[in-house]
Amino acid sequence: MKVEQISIFIENKSGRLAEITRILGENGINIRALSLADTSDFGILRLIVNDVERANQVLKGKGFTVNKTEVVAVEVPDRPGGLGAILQTLDTESINVEYMYAFVEHCGGNAVIIFRFDETDKAIEVLKVNNFSVLSGERLYSM
Amino acid sequence: MYFNEEFETLPRPALEALQLKRLQVVVERVYANVPFYKDSFDRAGLKPADVRSLDDLQRFPFTTKQNMRDSYPYGLFAAPLEEVVRIHASSGTTGKPTVVGYTQKDIETWSELMARSFMAAGAHRGDIIHNAYGYGLFTGGLGAHYGAERLGASVIPISGGNTKRQIMIMQDFGSTVLTCTPSYSLFMAEEASAAGIDFKKLKLRIGIFGAEPWSEAMRGEIEAKLNLSAIDIYGLSEIMGPGVAIECIEAKKGLHIWEDHFIPEIIDPATGLRLPDGELGELVITTITKQGIPLIRYRTRDITSITYEPCVCGRTHARINRMCGRSDDMLIIRGVNVFPSQIESILVGIEGVEPHYLLIVDRKDNLDTLEVHVEVDEGIFSDEIKILQLLSKRIEKEIKDVLGITCTAKLVEPKTLQRSEGKATRVIDKRKF
Repeated sequence: MKVEQISIFIENKSGRLAEITRILGENGINIRALSLADTSDFGILRLIVNDVERANQVLKGKGFTVNKTEVVAVEVPDRPGGLGAILQTLDTESINVEYMYAFVEHCGGNAVIIFRFDETDKAIEVLKVNNFSVLSGERLYSM
Repeated sequence: MYFNEEFETLPRPALEALQLKRLQVVVERVYANVPFYKDSFDRAGLKPADVRSLDDLQRFPFTTKQNMRDSYPYGLFAAPLEEVVRIHASSGTTGKPTVVGYTQKDIETWSELMARSFMAAGAHRGDIIHNAYGYGLFTGGLGAHYGAERLGASVIPISGGNTKRQIMIMQDFGSTVLTCTPSYSLFMAEEASAAGIDFKKLKLRIGIFGAEPWSEAMRGEIEAKLNLSAIDIYGLSEIMGPGVAIECIEAKKGLHIWEDHFIPEIIDPATGLRLPDGELGELVITTITKQGIPLIRYRTRDITSITYEPCVCGRTHARINRMCGRSDDMLIIRGVNVFPSQIESILVGIEGVEPHYLLIVDRKDNLDTLEVHVEVDEGIFSDEIKILQLLSKRIEKEIKDVLGITCTAKLVEPKTLQRSEGKATRVIDKRKF
């Protein structure tokens, strides 16, 4: 039930994001979700794409430093308190969230939260036991 | 294995007696044939007959790169041009090049010393030597070439550049020995890996690297990536070219300087006084057999130390340490003497960090600043900001701990720092004095 995410190192200089999206576009890779974490000097672009292997390969080919990481995608009803319930459960089980970002499904109207945990397997277990909807990679890539 | 066992293992008393005899001859010769030396000795109140022992050498004045420039092009030649069979020149990045001439005898000496160097590095007849030093005015290419032929090896005169072709030839020709600058060897390894070629499958056994300072840590990096034994070689065109000194493969601990042809001294660059063995200072060399352009007490501007301790390889010639910079590359940052190679060895010591870095020195509000740019490759990249921030902090802390200077570490994308097929640019000094 894990989802593969790719992360790309980018320097804080103009045109880098445009360059990455151009490369992905030219290679027919679709971005499902993204998040950009930044500091004053550099940023880390995290992407969920429809073709992880190909994205990894084309970006590396263009000289970018790319990593693959396993993250967890959870479907949450798009209403007040939806995210709160998940975080409450994780807190109770002492599961640490390294970072997270969200997007809204274009059909169905639910929100999808991407989580990066320090203990991915344990987190999935806890979420499932508590009846949260953990999405598979295949489901997400083809959304 | 020795190329010239008798001379390479000459007992010290005999070696020193030979040096004195040769020194007396060369001093006599330059005094008679080179007006610069006649003036320089006269002004110091010295005559060739004042050389009664090797210790007397330190009474003689130095020769500098500026002296060579002032006598451009042939002013310091001690042999008539009709006897000069080869002319080389150093890159004239800071003005006119310095020009050196070789007689037939000089070329023979150079070939022998380079052949000795190859042998000390573990190469022998039957080896295929891939010589990627530049051929031309620069002494690297031809110097190594003649030495390889004298050794009896097969030399591929590939010269520098066209890296893809270099890699193809190394693969197809079965090169066993590589000669080039250390930074170019890493550049080749990167290119090969980008092209999906595994260096470990090549037949390379030995790499002989020189013409720029490098660190022990960089040796580890090169040996791991190129799967060969990396040997440090030293030389400079003013003195001869490559093959002035080399590490022996038995010890890889200091470079034997061929003392039957050169007399080394280590001086304090500020006072010009000789330093005790083992202390870091500027290397000064007197050539005692050269005919074309013999130099007395030439200031190399290279920083090293010397030891006369016996070596496991059996050679009796002194060893100079790995060069740790040039007296004129030395950065003085907030009053601290810093050699780029020191920062390099700190960086390579941090797991995952590649030896590709750039130092930017500037002055803000009358204070020197040092920025260290380090490339982020897959070995250190993380999807978490805090891990990368810890890495910059660690680089800053280690530099502070070792060198005592505060710097800012900046992570940059891979291959943004200039790669060079010759000498690498490691420092940008923006300060205006």
